[in-house]
Amino acid sequence: MNATVAVILALAVGTYAFRLVGPVLHGRVTIPPRVQELASAGAVVLLVALLATGALTESGGFAGWARPAGVLAGAVLAWRRASFVVVVLGAAATTALLRLAGLS
Amino acid sequence: MRSSHRTTPGSAADRSLLRDSSLVWLASGVVGISFGAVSVAGGLPMWVPVLMSLVVYAGSAQFSAVGVLLAGGGPVAAAATGLLLNTRTAAFSLAVADIIGTAPAARLLGAHLVTDETVAFALAQSDPVRQRRAFWISGLGLFAVWNVGVLAGAAAGSALGDTARYGLDAAFPAVLVALVLPTLRADAAVRRCALLGAALALAVTPAVPAGVPVLLALAGLFLHRRPTTPRGAAA
Repeated sequence: MNATVAVILALAVGTYAFRLVGPVLHGRVTIPPRVQELASAGAVVLLVALLATGALTESGGFAGWARPAGVLAGAVLAWRRASFVVVVLGAAATTALLRLAGLS
Repeated sequence: MRSSHRTTPGSAADRSLLRDSSLVWLASGVVGISFGAVSVAGGLPMWVPVLMSLVVYAGSAQFSAVGVLLAGGGPVAAAATGLLLNTRTAAFSLAVADIIGTAPAARLLGAHLVTDETVAFALAQSDPVRQRRAFWISGLGLFAVWNVGVLAGAAAGSALGDTARYGLDAAFPAVLVALVLPTLRADAAVRRCALLGAALALAVTPAVPAGVPVLLALAGLFLHRRPTTPRGAAA
């Protein structure tokens, strides 16, 4: 079990260090406006990449049709300015129904 | 806006924050339950998923690390995979540093709450006050719900069955779509970067380890041009 504890601790310490980068630098180092701007844009770029890979892929391969179809339904709802609740439930329900109908 | 009650804008805003957050919490709670259940069903003792969720607190990294452990990939590979996935939190923490605030306790606690969902939620708000409230409300709630979910799942073991049937794997990308769409609509420069980045990430996904595709997406920022003001005018 010692190896498992080591894995958990290494992950915890490393992850916390990553998460401290922003708060620690903030106010100590003057971050140029251009870098700040790139950090905000970078966050959106990361989120869009996460949603694209999360919608379409699973363990390095295609995730099947049901999941991207659900996400697409959610995206259409979001585009039509549906409320957040409707977007999220619409996506999950679409995927769940497609799976119920036998589509993976 | 569509609320029929006329209360102070602050509390109405808080209610809409709570309502939107609670959906993310609900979905995360169920994912937490499945993380606990998967870990225990795979043969890990109950304290492993529970402790990991408290101190690592990063869904995708936890699933990957446990997946590598259960597949016999060894502790070094498990930790490396999880850490690689979490490198993105450094970029996220930079983006929300201003929102977290400067008090030492806020920095130390806020840093631990930096997750994809909470960052997206905070950045989607319109003004700094709302951003800060959104960060803390969704962040603290998510932490609580995630850990309770993992504990419940670990206790329930494999009784839940396959959580994929609830379509929750589609809920998370949809949450992110809903949160980033307003920015993508309003900001053409960010939109270009994001589309290129997502295309890059998808293209390399079959070939590289988990966590790398999303990092490579940052290359999309090369399309982010300086505003067309005269050089030096920024200072």
